[in-house]
Amino acid sequence: MTAPAATAHAVPATSGGAAVAPPEHGGPVLSLTDVRKTYAQGQLEVQALRGVTLEVARGDYVAIMGPSGSGKSTLMHILGCLDVPTSGTYRLNGSDVGGLDEAELAQIRNREIGFVFQQFNLLATMSACRNVELPLVYAGVPRAERRRLAIEALERVGLADRIEHRPNEMSGGQQQRVSVARALVTDPALLLADEPTGNLDSVSTNDVLGLFDELHEQGRTVVVITHEIEVGHRAARMAHIRDGLLTEEALS
Amino acid sequence: MMTWAETLRTAWEAIRTRRMRSALTMLGILIGIAAVMLTVGLGQGASEKVTEQISALGSNLLVVSPGSSTAGGVRGGRGTATTLTVTDATALANPAVAPDIANVAPVSTSQQSVLAGSQSWTTSIVGTTPAWEQVRARTTADGRFFSQAEADSGAQEAVIGSTTASQLFGNRSPIGDAMTINGQDFTVIGVLNTVGSGTTGDEDDQVVIPFQAYALRVATTANTNQTSTIYVAAKSQDTLSAAYQETNQTLLTTHAVTADTADFTISSQQALMTTVTSTTRILTILLGGVAGISLLVGGIGVMNIMLVSVTERIREIGLRKALGATPGTVLRQFLVEASVLGLLGGVLGLALGIVGALILPSALGQPVLISPVAAAAALLVSLAIGITAGVYPAGRAARLAPIDALRSE
Repeated sequence: MTAPAATAHAVPATSGGAAVAPPEHGGPVLSLTDVRKTYAQGQLEVQALRGVTLEVARGDYVAIMGPSGSGKSTLMHILGCLDVPTSGTYRLNGSDVGGLDEAELAQIRNREIGFVFQQFNLLATMSACRNVELPLVYAGVPRAERRRLAIEALERVGLADRIEHRPNEMSGGQQQRVSVARALVTDPALLLADEPTGNLDSVSTNDVLGLFDELHEQGRTVVVITHEIEVGHRAARMAHIRDGLLTEEALS
Repeated sequence: MMTWAETLRTAWEAIRTRRMRSALTMLGILIGIAAVMLTVGLGQGASEKVTEQISALGSNLLVVSPGSSTAGGVRGGRGTATTLTVTDATALANPAVAPDIANVAPVSTSQQSVLAGSQSWTTSIVGTTPAWEQVRARTTADGRFFSQAEADSGAQEAVIGSTTASQLFGNRSPIGDAMTINGQDFTVIGVLNTVGSGTTGDEDDQVVIPFQAYALRVATTANTNQTSTIYVAAKSQDTLSAAYQETNQTLLTTHAVTADTADFTISSQQALMTTVTSTTRILTILLGGVAGISLLVGGIGVMNIMLVSVTERIREIGLRKALGATPGTVLRQFLVEASVLGLLGGVLGLALGIVGALILPSALGQPVLISPVAAAAALLVSLAIGITAGVYPAGRAARLAPIDALRSE
């Protein structure tokens, strides 16, 4: 895929300090301005995003919907700082993410974003608690403190009795709760869920969506990327993406 | 940033999770390290043993043999030449002529069968003077050595090696018993101390008799003045080169030859030691090299398994990166994993090497030396192999883009 180095020179190296954003920031959690992403596919240039502008305020709950091939995944990667835009600006929690190198992006992901994946992406050899601890490991949090925070996060998602269970000893819904706990444990500015219910039955889907509702009520900023309409309708705001362009739909 | 302790812990868990594979990978390093340690240890043990044997013979010993080893090679080494005589030995023993020489012993040797009762045994018969005892740094374990007076009177007495004694007389003391050499009766008056095999053959299997008796009764040649070797002992190791000069000068004079036409060769134990040691060293390097190749193969095994491991764990790497692992952290993670594999293999290889060094000597009859330096070097080498083998796979893991890695099935 594209190398982030292409835009690395756009921001002077001295602005590396911008990677460390203040934990409380008055403005929107994320704001995208005319974000474009172009991939070179052989000779062909594919425009995955053709000028996306989006603002998500603190405490908002936004669903981004779209069919496959709509640029949904590309937008998710950019929102998650797993990729950088070709042009346009992306400010996350007040700081410009464009032009950061891989190591700086890794730190941003670690501090500002909590990921929830469709495939859960839990490490099979580790207990629920140690899976939840993982982002804290990369943040350099000491072991005892890590465990305390992980248990707290597991309690918050209702898995106080599953702390030492391994992923294969849990149901899909429980596994997704573990990954939500992992996303919350660093207290990130943004909870970013990519098709969080794609691998779940209806009971577990309701379970996880209920959890998102709770988190929203508690003031968390949540962005869910999905193609399921019932998931989209649970959000406070719904935006559709099609052919690399975003249109917002007012919810009643 | 992830701490080193945490990196190590994660590496250890990755190794432990794939127990069988990790064990087989380590086996490669283990065998390599143990093989290198044992071959080098064996070489060191052998050269140590040779050095010990030679210094037991007396490091201040000079050996004069007939013939010459002129560099041109034209008149080189006539081993059968009989140019040395008892007269030469007597001349060298004169302190006025050679003040730095302590003892001189002319020696004539032949292989003959010895009879004691119904027992027969073929061994080397050594005809020499009483000075032989001092020159060869030997003592008698039982009985005594013959005296100068006895030797001069042509007494038919014999001092025998411990192996010879047990072959001919069994476990009983042979002192005072009779034995027959070349049809001549000899009385056993002493048994030599046991020293084991040396550079000149089995030092415990020989019959030492007075030179006179040897020349007149046992020797197969008619010339009673002739001797095959003259042993010269310097007063100390410091006067060895002076003793060498005196021996050389005296023999040139008595033989009426020049240095160019010399009909004898003087060799010191030191020179012999150098030759033997360098031979051993070459052998050690050769065998060590072969063992080293097995170590290299072990290293390639580590690299191979790390590459498999990276490919297999692409999703895990992607997840770790998404959760905040920097490329540097991932690189360190896999480097540490490879290093732990290497070092662990090294530690186990060292353990096997030490066990081998304890067991092998009794099986091979050769000492195996494992020095602390060699042990430390083995650990360092195994660690270095681990790191080297890890660089490429770790680099690949670090460069993986998180989105590609997460997407892979």
